[in-house]
Order: sequence, then structure tokens, then C-alpha cells
Amino acid sequence: MSVPAVGAATDPFQPAPGWDLLADVRELFTYAFMINAIEAGTVVAVLSAVIGWFMVLRRQSFTGHTIAVIGFPGAAGALVLGLSATVGFYAFAIAGALVIAAVRFDGRLGYRTESAVAGTIQAAALACGFWFSSLYGGFTGGASALLFGSFLGITAGQVQTLGVLAVIVLALIAMIGRPLLFASVDPSVAVARGVPVRALSVAFLLLLAVAAASAAQITGTLLVFALLVVPAATAQLLTARPVLGLGLGVAIGLAVTWTALVAAYYVPYPIGFFLTSTAFAAYLLAFLASRLRRRSRPAERAPTSDEVLEPVRS
Amino acid sequence: MASSLDGSLLGMLDHPFMERAFLAGIAVALLCGVVGYLVVLRAQVFAADALSHVAFTGALGALAVGLDPRIGLFVATVGIGLLLAVLGPRGRADDVVIGTVFAWILGLGVLALSVYTASAAAASNGGAGVSILFGSIFGLGEGAARLTAAVAVVLLIIVLALVRPLIFASIDEAVAAARGVPVTALGVVFMALLGATAAEATQAVGALLLLGLLAAPAGAALRWTKDPFAGVALSAALAVGSMVVGLAASYAAPSLPPSFTITVTASGIYALSFVLPRPVRRRVRRRRERRPGIQAATP
Repeated sequence: MSVPAVGAATDPFQPAPGWDLLADVRELFTYAFMINAIEAGTVVAVLSAVIGWFMVLRRQSFTGHTIAVIGFPGAAGALVLGLSATVGFYAFAIAGALVIAAVRFDGRLGYRTESAVAGTIQAAALACGFWFSSLYGGFTGGASALLFGSFLGITAGQVQTLGVLAVIVLALIAMIGRPLLFASVDPSVAVARGVPVRALSVAFLLLLAVAAASAAQITGTLLVFALLVVPAATAQLLTARPVLGLGLGVAIGLAVTWTALVAAYYVPYPIGFFLTSTAFAAYLLAFLASRLRRRSRPAERAPTSDEVLEPVRS
Repeated sequence: MASSLDGSLLGMLDHPFMERAFLAGIAVALLCGVVGYLVVLRAQVFAADALSHVAFTGALGALAVGLDPRIGLFVATVGIGLLLAVLGPRGRADDVVIGTVFAWILGLGVLALSVYTASAAAASNGGAGVSILFGSIFGLGEGAARLTAAVAVVLLIIVLALVRPLIFASIDEAVAAARGVPVTALGVVFMALLGATAAEATQAVGALLLLGLLAAPAGAALRWTKDPFAGVALSAALAVGSMVVGLAASYAAPSLPPSFTITVTASGIYALSFVLPRPVRRRVRRRRERRPGIQAATP
């Protein structure tokens, strides 16, 4: 039931970073599993940062988390049936997104009901996943990797699937990006201008499902936020401009993923811990930076009533 | 068939482990039903979700440093609950802040799990990670069950004492504040109570499944009655019902873990509330007349 002790337990020798950076990088790239992990991590980081940016903007973090969690029984069930976990992740996440979209279609549901539905779906999904993994032979290392992530077992085929899906999703988001941005920022004006807000939100949920299921294969179901929310939230702390924000989110996501992969290679702790910690550190830094910037630029604060009235008085 | 099933179900209370499970389970379910209704009414399901993950990290963190997991549970959930309340506007935490913080906290939990499973203590208590994630209500000891039930009752009394202003503040914060209800202080106290509830529920159904016990009965109650006081009562009753049915089902079919049957029962009841229409409409109006204070507040 142990989380696969990453690094030490799997390598016959304990790898340690030397002082020669180039040699270290070359060493990392000598192992097929490490190359797969880095390729998959890169794809997932870019995809998650872009989709996550829209998700944070649309305040759908909780929905994103729910969709990722729904992937867990999918993956565990696929393992019971002898299929690959990847298939289960995508099938269940997409089905879950459709259910959430359908429930939302009843326009009278408010945020309260919606979040209660999402929470219940989440708990039910985890319960089913728990049952499936107990059928599969106890809460084995495999099930724990589904929850908390692992980068050791990523196959070349998986990297290919991730890459193809990422290209499709990114192409689609590039196509609907502008209206989606409009619909996310001001839905009522967008409706008035004839933007198909409803169709866009369903389309976005489906894209989110693919991104969450992709991220879950590396971060684990429970830790998708490390790549889906945190880089995007960090970028939005630093800039409100869409293109710059998206670029920044991708850069942060890549930095977080690469740092975590290298750390997990050398230190025998789970990758989920490194991913979330690096991401959180980036968020904290951005938070402090945005605070400092606001303080050092007093011109941007709202003028006091005295200042406003100054020219009138004199 | 039916009689033998009856016989076996009646016989289940002869087992001390079932008795303990019912004692702790019903108390925790009552608490979760009441607190959960307020959580849904206040639209804080996401915060409850975050606290459930905190519970996991707290318990495993305590195990990793060799303490009783319950100490870690309560310290972590109540502490983080207060922190979220203070960080958020008006005692409510922001979505993105919650998401970011709880991703990291869960990451720390994974670290604690790996430290703990690698340590010597884990050899005698190998299932600790699973029982914290998914509960082990059948494994509660005599003292643990009593303590869990007692704490649940105390928390329930506190919540019920505050239930009127809490409902008022949840339905219409601005009006409540204008009427002199200390909205912010209530929000902070409620997050602490929610934290303690999460810690309690973790011992029954586990950190990952407690959201089902909080959100599902409350969501169903919210669909079946608009009267908030009837809603609290109904939510508590549905939570207890899910607990009893879930425990009995797991007893009858041992291959189904109890936390699975409890969660699925609660979710099933919620799903039913989307199919069955709200039965009581006229009572709502009568209640409103009787309670003029709430009239302005019901949506």
C-alpha cells in the first residue's frame, strides 16, 4: 500500500546530483522512463496551464477538481477489467463533464445546488474508486499512484496519446478562445451580442475533462491542482492581460514540472509532493511580488477624496 | 430469504464492533447533516472539500511524527479552517486561494504518507493510510467510538445554539449584517466548527468521502424543503438514514466497504431528490407566517 518510493527504491544505486550540470542533465536523459516522464510532463504542463487559465478565470476550479476525481474510479475500474488506466481516466472524466454540463442545463440551479452536486459526485466517485481498487487486490501501490501520481510507469504510447490529445485540445481552444474569453468575463453581455455562451461552456467542460484526465496521469487524481490551478492562478496574480497571462502560466507550469521531475529523480519522495510544493512556492512569490508592486506604485491606488477635491478647492 | 435477512440484520447489533460503529456513526451523521446543510446554504462546499484533504494531511502528519492521528486531525482542520476564514473576505475563503493552499497541503500529506510508510511504526499499523483516506468505522475501539460520539454531540449543541443567526447570515448576509448579526465572527466560528466536523467525519467515513456525508443529505434537504429549519432537521435525518442503511448494507455484504455503502446511499438519496418533486409546499407558507424574522430572508 506504500506510495511507490520514487527514486531510491527503484534504482539500484542512489542517484545524486554532481556539480557538472551538463553531465547531470545527460544522466537524466539516459533512462527511457525519465525521457518519457519529461516528455509527458512537458505536454501536460502546457495543456494544463492553458486550460487552467480559462478555468481560473471562469471560477470553475471546483468543477475541474471534481472531473479529475471522477477519473479515479475510471482508472481503477479499467485496471479491474484489465484495460489500461489511461482509457478509464479519459472515459470517466469526459462522462463526468457531460453529467455536470447536463445538471447545469437546468438553468434554475444556483451555485449552491451546483456545488452540492459536484461535491456529492466527487464523494461517490471516490467511494466507487475505493471499492474497485479493493476488488483489484487491496489499496495497492497502483491505486495509490492513481491518487497521488507517479512518473515511473509512463510508457511511450502514453506519451503519444497525451501529445495527440494535447494538440487537438489546444487547437480547439485556439479556435474558441476569443468568444470563450468574452463569455467568461461577461456572460450577460456576451449573450446579448449573440455569443453561444451555453454551447461554449459545454465545449469548455469537455476540454477541461481531457486536460484534467491528462494531468491526473502524472500528478494523480487528487493533485491535479498543482498543474491545473496554481500556474494559472500565479499568472493571473501577475498580469490581467490574456496572452501574456497564458504565456506566463505555461512558463510557470513548465518550470514547476521540470523542477519536480528532477527533484523526484534525486530524492526518494513522491513526485506529488514536489509538484505541489514548487507550484505553491511560485504562487507565494507571485503573491508577494504583486503586493510589493502595488505598494511601490502609489499612483495606482485610488485617490483620496481630499486629492480629488484639491483642484476644485484651489 | 427475507426472514433470514431480517434475522441476520437484527443480529448485527450483537457484535460489539457493529454497536460501536452505530454509536459513533449516528452521532457523526447527525453532526454532518446539520453542519452540511449550513455548508451548502453558505455555498462553502469547496471549503469543506479543502478541509477534508487537510484532515488527511493532519492525521498522517501526526502519525509520521509519532502522535495520535486524532490530535493531528483536529489541530490541522480547525487551524486551517480558521486560516481560510481569516484570509477570505467576510469569513468566506476565495476559490482560488483554497485550491492553491489545499493542493500544497495534500502534497504535504503525500510526503507524510511516504515518511510514515517507510518508518518502523507502519509495520504494525500498515493500513493507517487507507483508513484515514477511506475510513475504518468497523475498526473503532470502545474508547474511540465513545469519544467520537461525545465530541460530535458537543459540536452539535454548539452548532444548534448558533443555527438561527447562521441561517440568517447565510441566506442574506447584507441584511443580517444590517440587523446587527456579527456576520464575520459567525463566519470564522463556522469555519472552525466545519473543521472539527471534518475531523469527526474522517474517523467514520475517511477524509476523501466525508464530503458525501456533508453535501448529499444537505443538497437533498434543500431540494425537498425551502424552510431552512425544516431543512436542517431533514438533512440530519437523511444523513443518519444513510449511515444506518450504509452500515447495515456493508454488514450484509462484507465485500462492500462501509464507507462505500454510506456514501453511495447518501448520493442515491440526493439523486432521488432530482426525480421526486418537493412534497411540501403549503407548509412553507405557514411557517413563514409563524416566523416573521425569517420572512425577509427566505429567497
